[in-house]
Amino acid sequence: MVQHDHEPRLMKGNEALAESALRAGLEAYFGYPITPQSEILEYFTAEAPNRKCVVLQAESELAAINMVFGAAGAGARVMTSSSSPGISLMQEGLSYMASAQLPCLVVNVNRGGPGLGTIQPAQGDYFQATKGGGHGDYRLIVLAPSSVQEMADFVFDAFRLADEYRNPAMILADGALGQMMEKVTLPTEGSLPHSRQSWATTGKTADRERNIITSLFIQPEKMEQVNLALQKKYARLQQEARFEAFQTGDAEIILVAFGLAARICQKALELARAKGIKAGLLRPITLYPFPSKAFTSLSPDVMSLLTVELNSGQMVEDVRLAVNGKQPVYFAGRMGGMIPTPEDILREIERVVSMQTVPEEGGVR
Amino acid sequence: MNRTLTPAREIEGMELVYERPSTLTDIRMHYCPGCAHGVVHRVLMEVVKEMGIQEQTVGVAPVGCSVFAYNYMDVDMQQAAHGRASAVATGIKRVLPDKFVFSYQGDGDLAAIGTGETIHTVNRGENILIVFINNGIYGMTGGQMAPTTLLGMVTSTTPYGRDSAVMGFPLKITDLVAHLPGAYYVSRQAAHTPTTVRKLKKALRNAMEYQKLKRGTCFVEVVSNCPSGWKMAPNEANQWMEKNMFAMYPLGDLKVPTPS
Amino acid sequence: MIRGTIIVAEDICKGCELCITACPQESIGLSDRINATGYRVVELVRDNCTGCVNCALVCPEGAITVYRTKKSSKTAAGAAVGV
Repeated sequence: MVQHDHEPRLMKGNEALAESALRAGLEAYFGYPITPQSEILEYFTAEAPNRKCVVLQAESELAAINMVFGAAGAGARVMTSSSSPGISLMQEGLSYMASAQLPCLVVNVNRGGPGLGTIQPAQGDYFQATKGGGHGDYRLIVLAPSSVQEMADFVFDAFRLADEYRNPAMILADGALGQMMEKVTLPTEGSLPHSRQSWATTGKTADRERNIITSLFIQPEKMEQVNLALQKKYARLQQEARFEAFQTGDAEIILVAFGLAARICQKALELARAKGIKAGLLRPITLYPFPSKAFTSLSPDVMSLLTVELNSGQMVEDVRLAVNGKQPVYFAGRMGGMIPTPEDILREIERVVSMQTVPEEGGVR
Repeated sequence: MNRTLTPAREIEGMELVYERPSTLTDIRMHYCPGCAHGVVHRVLMEVVKEMGIQEQTVGVAPVGCSVFAYNYMDVDMQQAAHGRASAVATGIKRVLPDKFVFSYQGDGDLAAIGTGETIHTVNRGENILIVFINNGIYGMTGGQMAPTTLLGMVTSTTPYGRDSAVMGFPLKITDLVAHLPGAYYVSRQAAHTPTTVRKLKKALRNAMEYQKLKRGTCFVEVVSNCPSGWKMAPNEANQWMEKNMFAMYPLGDLKVPTPS
Repeated sequence: MIRGTIIVAEDICKGCELCITACPQESIGLSDRINATGYRVVELVRDNCTGCVNCALVCPEGAITVYRTKKSSKTAAGAAVGV
């Protein structure tokens, strides 16, 4: 059970995340500047030396993720952070780490893309985050905070899951969450103990064989075994799926959103309810494993779902898979760093509601 | 396959003068006949054994012919992505500062895709040993040009000989890193004759001893052969190497610690 | 009088002949034996080995073990040993 401080502090999302990592016993941070998350690197360069944590500004994201690989393979609790273009550079390393079954935390403070894009917040990296992102059959454990409090809390969750499942974990935040300042009660230092595992390359002692950390399994028979083991692990991981529900009990239209979009939808929900629309909100907290169960047990009152994302429509595909045709799933979103207002979302809700017809009229479903 | 690589055999009236170090595993090396990799692996592991640091050594294997180096060296090892070995070694050394950490890389790994990592690792003065196997060709993938390939040299991607107008010049990466203040000891050796092997061992021993001082990166290049890639028998390849490779990559120390 | 001798681990020798070149006594040659991996293995072909270790130094496989007559024992140490 993670303890928390008594007193809240007013902190920027990026900094709350970094401070939380130090309290989680982080041993090393390797990173590279990129907007909108450079504060994470800067927080560590200022604080880490006082907290028995290694910090190093690497020469690139490519170097950073490989330093994370080395440190993780040596048994340390280690993390990195970047934003979309830098996360693309890290995909090679993440694929290698997943294959070598190494734990770590990687934070993506998502910005508008594709390409060099913009520095404004977006959610266009959902596919990259949840479908592996790099080459090969693997997944990251993905957590999506939607407040500064969760930026702090999910660090502990991420390390715990990464260690338990020996897999890289990602916190998929965005530029707004990274930059905004809110009250946060930080987890207490020492609440998540960590020790070097027996598989780590700490120096082969006489009592054991040498440890080899590798993602190379050149014989296909062996490679298949590794893949089967990973898949078994991911199957076990499904039990960690988490979501939050708002006013879904009597809802006829369910909004689905994560992260920043969920914050906007919470307000839109209020506006809709004030107008008599029975709206609810499902907020996935783990994006992988995706909380499909939240969608399979919806009440029969639900007539449609509206997924709201800051992208072209990515999570909506997973929602449609989970809903499996039982209700229509609509999509609303903005791209390129543009952020819809609660009123924009309300208009979308009203548009969808107007398309809903009761079953006796044989209307469009 | 049951064999005694270090025969405990006693011969009456004779004493054992040399045997394969126990810090090499019993796994038969896959390298081509006459390839320098085997010699360098052995010499490095002799140093580890003689210094008594097997339990404190962590190595990083590259992508290249020596991708399976961890099968042969009986120390904890990590397999790095292509080019990234010195970054991986950095990660290890930063969290295990008192262990002996080395990366072992070929000319593609260290001087093509890994150039950025190589330069910055040395620039930071990471307290590791970088072993650089330079044979001017990409062995594992079938003999393509490397950054260190000589002008005029025929490879599978320079079938008419390397032309500087198209493919630039041999990259003397060791000379570049020797200029960096983070480089503590930079040496260029070979591994093809008894004399060069003895000197190589001295250089590697120096490097590992220096790692205790934490004064910067030790970088040892080993100008090597590639019989398969060069399409020569081992002895012929070594003669060609002496005549051509040493001219571009002369043996000797490029940087030695100055007494402080 | 034999002052040195070598044992070649024939299952890992690759017949690269670097030891033949390195031997200052020209004591080593290619045998007629082919090992399980298809390589012709080397062997001592003369009895003038001095146990200088040169061959073992250049062997990429670490296949050579070297012995030398003990200083105290100068009696005949037996015939050249090659396995």
